[in-house]
Amino acid sequence: MLRYIFKRLVYILIALFIIITATFFLMQLAPGSPFASERDFPPQIEEQLNAKYGLDNPWYIQYKDYLVDTVSFDFGESMKYKGRSTNDIISESFPISLTLGIEAMILSIGLGIFLGVIAALYHNKFPDYLASTIAVLGISVPSFILAGLMQYFLAYKLDLFPVSGWKGFNYSILPALAIAITHAGFIAKLTRSSMLEQSSSDYVKMARSKGLGKWTIVIRHTLRNALMPVITYLGPLTAGVVTGSFIIEQIFAIPGLGRHFVTSITNRDYTVIMGTTVFYSIILLFAVLIVDILYSVIDPRIKLKGAKK
Amino acid sequence: MAKKEWQFEKIEPEKFNMVGMKQDESEKLADKSVSFWREVFLRFSQNKLAIFGIIALVIIALLAIFVPVFSPYSYREQLGIYNAPPSASHWFGTDDLGRDVFVRVWQGARISLFIGITAAVIDLIIGVLWGSISGLAGGRLDNIMMRIADVLSAVPYLLVVIILLVVLEPGLLPMIIALSITGWINMARIVRGEVLSIKNQEYVLAARTLGASTWHLIRKHLVPNALGAILVTMTLTIPSAIFTESFLSYLGLGVPAPTASWGTMASEGNKALTSAPWRLFFPAFFISLTIFAFNAVGDGLRDALDPKLRK
Repeated sequence: MLRYIFKRLVYILIALFIIITATFFLMQLAPGSPFASERDFPPQIEEQLNAKYGLDNPWYIQYKDYLVDTVSFDFGESMKYKGRSTNDIISESFPISLTLGIEAMILSIGLGIFLGVIAALYHNKFPDYLASTIAVLGISVPSFILAGLMQYFLAYKLDLFPVSGWKGFNYSILPALAIAITHAGFIAKLTRSSMLEQSSSDYVKMARSKGLGKWTIVIRHTLRNALMPVITYLGPLTAGVVTGSFIIEQIFAIPGLGRHFVTSITNRDYTVIMGTTVFYSIILLFAVLIVDILYSVIDPRIKLKGAKK
Repeated sequence: MAKKEWQFEKIEPEKFNMVGMKQDESEKLADKSVSFWREVFLRFSQNKLAIFGIIALVIIALLAIFVPVFSPYSYREQLGIYNAPPSASHWFGTDDLGRDVFVRVWQGARISLFIGITAAVIDLIIGVLWGSISGLAGGRLDNIMMRIADVLSAVPYLLVVIILLVVLEPGLLPMIIALSITGWINMARIVRGEVLSIKNQEYVLAARTLGASTWHLIRKHLVPNALGAILVTMTLTIPSAIFTESFLSYLGLGVPAPTASWGTMASEGNKALTSAPWRLFFPAFFISLTIFAFNAVGDGLRDALDPKLRK
C-alpha cells in the first residue's frame, strides 16, 4: 500500500513537472503580451514593466525563476490587476468555487444514486423509463447549454431563481444543478446497471426469501455493493466539476477561481495563468489519488497495482 | 409476492406417441450457423435507441452536407434583418449580424462532425499503434510505453487543451491537435488490454505451433477480436470530442468568426437569451441530439458485441 502511494506520488510529481514546464514554454510561445491592451505607452514604460516581471531576462533565467517560484508556491503579482498577487486571487476566489463544487458534487451523487436505484427497482417499468430518460438527457445536454436553458426558463421566465450573481444560497442552486446534471446522469447509469447485477445475485434472493422488505434489502444489502462503480467515478467527477466551473461561473457571473482562470487566459495574465494551472493540477492529481486509495480501502478485493511484488 | 394456486391438469398417457430415435436428425443443426458480425448486426438492429441514433446521425450528416450547398443564403452573408424570430424565409431566425441561423446551424454541424470524427480517427491511429506495439512487445518496452501513458493521463486534460489553444491561436487544426493530444491514451490502453488477453489464449499458442507467422496472427486473430472494443471506443470518442469542441468554442477558444460552430453559436445565443432565445435553442438542440445519438449508437454497439448477452 505505502509502496503504491509512493509510486503514485512520483507520477504526480512528474506530471506536475510536465505541466509546469509545458505551461511555461507555451506561454513563451504565445503571441500577445499582458500589457498589450493598455493605452499606448512609451516604450520605456513597457521596458520597465518587463523588467519588473523579469520578462526581459533570457528564457532559461525566467524558467529557473519560475520553477523556484512554483516550488515555493509564490506566483507573484498579477500582470493585469496591479497590486494583487496571484495567491490573493486564489485564496479569495477558491472558497467560492469550492462551495459551488461541493454543492454540485452532493447534488450529482444524491440525484444520480436516487435515479439509479429507482430505475433498478422498477426495472422495465414506467419509473425506470422516466429515470433512464432523465439520465440520458443529462448526459447528452452539455452543462453550458443546460445553464442557458435554466437561466431562460427558471430564472428569467418563471422568476424562481436569480439569473446570475453570487449573493447567497439561492444564487448557487442553478449553477450547481447545471454542473451536476451530466454527472448525475452518469452516476444513475452506473448505479442502475450495478444494482441490476446485484439483484440477481444469491444473497439478494436469500434476503428476499427471508421476507425482507424491498427497501430494507436495497439499503442494507444491495446498495452497499452496488456503489463500488460509483466510487470509481468520483475521480472523473472531481475533474468534471472543476472544469465545469470554468464555464458555469462565466455564465452565472460567479467570482470564483474558474472565472479568473478563463479571464486570465484571455488577458494573457501570465502569473495568474501559471498560478491557477498549477493549483488546479495539484487539486485534480490528488483527488484522483485519494479516490484510488479510497477504492482499495472500501473494496478488499481490489489489490492496488504495484502494491505486490 | 402474491401466492399462486397451481392446478395441474391430468395428462392421459394416450396423448403421447413414440417417435423413436433418428440418428441423422439428432445431429442436424437447427439453423444455418450465423457469423459473429451477422449476429452483432441482428442484435444491434433490435436496439431501438441505437437505431434511432443511427437514423438521427444520417439525417444530421445529410443536412450538414446539403443545406449549406442548396440554401439561398450563405453562413456568413449579412442579410440586414437582425435578430428576426423563426419565419418561413428564415426557419431558425437570424442573428444579431443578420445571418440566417438555419444555414449557420448546418455549417456548424459540418465543423462539429468534422472535428469529432477527425479527432476520433487520430486517436484510433495513435492508440492502436501504441497499444498494439506495447502489448505485443511486452517486457521493458511495454513498461516504458505504459508509464508514459500513465503520466500523460495524469495531466488534467482540459487544462492542457485550454492552454494549448491559447498558444496555437484558435482554428480548426489547433483544435484537432488539442483534442487528440491526450485522447489517444484511452484507446491505447484498451487495445493493449485486448492484445494481452488474446496473446495468451491457447488457440493463439496452437496457431503459433502450427507455424503461423506473427502477421497472420495479427490479421486473423488479433484484429477481428479487438475490433469490437476499438469500434465502441471510437464511437464514444466522437461525442466527447464534439462536446469538448463546443465547450472550448463557448469559452471563445474555438474556430474564429465568421465560421459557425455549435459552441460559438450557443455562446452568442446565451448572451442574447432575453431578446432572441431561438439563437440558443437551435444549436443547443442539435449539439444535444448529436451527442445523444453517438452515445446511443456506442452503447448499442457495446451491448451487441458483448458475448455475455448472446442468446
